[in-house]
Amino acid sequence: MAETKSIIGTQNKKGQTYTDAWKLLNEAPRTPSFFTGSEVIKEAIRRASCDVMIAYPITPQSEAAALIGELFAEGYIGDYFRGESEFAVMSQCAGAAFGGARVFTTTAGPGTMRAMENFPMWAGSRLPIQMIVTCRGINSPLSIQPDTLEIAYLLNTGMLVWHAETAQDFFDWILKGYMVSEEPDVHLPLALCCDGFFVTHTKDVVNLTPADMCLPPYDPYRSPVPCMDMECPPVRMMRDPFVMKSNYISYATHASWQQEIWAAVERSRKHSIHWLNGLIDAENTDADIMIVASGTAVSQGREAIRLLEDEGVRCGLVKVKTLRPWPEEEIREATKNAKHIFVPEFNVTGWLAKEIKATIPNHHRVHAGPHVCGGMTMPPEIIVNEIKTALGMKKSFVMAGRGS
Amino acid sequence: MSDYRVLPGPEHFLPPAAASMGIRLPNPGEAHINGVIVSEDKAYEEAARQFLMAKVPTIFPGPLVLWAWNEKAAKKATAVRHLFNTLKECAQAGQKPMLIPMPDYRPKYPKINPEVEINPNHPNLTIWHNKIDCCMFIGVHCHQANLSLKIIRGGTSCYTIAMCAQAGHEDAMLSFRDASVEKIMRLAETVKRLKGTVQLRSSTAKSGASN
Repeated sequence: MAETKSIIGTQNKKGQTYTDAWKLLNEAPRTPSFFTGSEVIKEAIRRASCDVMIAYPITPQSEAAALIGELFAEGYIGDYFRGESEFAVMSQCAGAAFGGARVFTTTAGPGTMRAMENFPMWAGSRLPIQMIVTCRGINSPLSIQPDTLEIAYLLNTGMLVWHAETAQDFFDWILKGYMVSEEPDVHLPLALCCDGFFVTHTKDVVNLTPADMCLPPYDPYRSPVPCMDMECPPVRMMRDPFVMKSNYISYATHASWQQEIWAAVERSRKHSIHWLNGLIDAENTDADIMIVASGTAVSQGREAIRLLEDEGVRCGLVKVKTLRPWPEEEIREATKNAKHIFVPEFNVTGWLAKEIKATIPNHHRVHAGPHVCGGMTMPPEIIVNEIKTALGMKKSFVMAGRGS
Repeated sequence: MSDYRVLPGPEHFLPPAAASMGIRLPNPGEAHINGVIVSEDKAYEEAARQFLMAKVPTIFPGPLVLWAWNEKAAKKATAVRHLFNTLKECAQAGQKPMLIPMPDYRPKYPKINPEVEINPNHPNLTIWHNKIDCCMFIGVHCHQANLSLKIIRGGTSCYTIAMCAQAGHEDAMLSFRDASVEKIMRLAETVKRLKGTVQLRSSTAKSGASN
């Protein structure tokens, strides 16, 4: 409904050219650069035409949040400030998004948990905020080390949840994420997760798009809900929540509202497939043995497959890119020939294995493991051993625990 | 493709969102009828037929066309008025076209006045009160339109049409996408062209009054 005047080809105040997102990400020249994951987040946001970034320090996302402060100082972001806590940050993000801004934030571990109340509120309010989650331990005793348990808590918030394996994923998916989550039929927040430290604090070669090209700005007039004047917000929207009224239709409205959020998650499927080239990547799907993983467990799985091939054991791999929308049909199809499905994870509960078990027929095929957590690494050899043990083969490696 | 079909209700105490049942939105140049993707040409014919067949064909304009917040909105509003006038001109004996706005999305308590407005939180009240058996949403923000369309499908037998400016609505029985002045005018032309070829729905058993 907005008066559409294309701004593609025009320049922003930093001299960056607003570029069609598909061309920017698929046709523009790429420059190999050697960056940490945190630096990659900064470089993606430099190109994302973000209006507002709100920060609060918590390891391991603090560096990325600080680097984006530099972008603000350079004039690439409209506004940037530190909130009073993670809860405050996420509430302030909501305010900015209600007002029609493209919003970005980062958090991790206990910060994610502290802010949790806001995430279903974001989704229910149809706010396409993007939040980077650099996963770390959440339980006591304190751990700042990699652990993906917090993702399990995000899965039922109504947010889109993607799990990046590499810094390259991160760079591309930050930009693509806005394109998916801002579609009017989706218009939901995105939690773009990675395994803290493994991705944020290690350097990798990442192919960057030109710094003088950026995404087109967000158009709030395409939103499925009215954009609000935040200097004079319609307070009755908040004062009269439906569930406070004890009659049938208000419950029905609230129920329909929830259904609509999950309908929007479903609608994101089409757009996510378009931008991410599928919700999963799959290799060797005719193999008897499959590894299904997300995040850096994919990298470890890939190395385990190489070790197994050296011993004549053929194994396939499924990289799960989006957790919401959940690639149910894709996983069912990719694992249909598998007799054994191994799900290596960096968390104690095995939430990914549970999701897969609920998805595929004959779920006794799923071996929920190996698991590591609390910051332990996952050597590919323990995946190899897990597979060989299940197949009744002799283990290749003697793996003593770090504490033994 | 999903076996689920988006049909007039009353469907269920709490019907599912059609998207969750596998119904997909049309791509540009397409529409859907009952959840099946069709050409826009076919959708114009079916929407016009439903309007001409209904005893109380009704247009529900929302805030995006009720206020002249830009030039396009004002033109669209004029086109909506033209469509309504066309429905009146083409009305058969026993038909009562209506134009009822959805000016506000906030819930109203104890209840809305169903004679003059529709509210997305209580859409059935307006449908039931006016015995509306076919309606078209236009200029309603997508989230609110989806809420209304699903509640209407759950509790009434009203046939729902969405003339959506964005990607369309699975929860309507028939949905256009990328609505424009031209599309509204073309629907009006189709109604005019099909006048006299469609019989008024004879039974009230499937009217909007059911609950």
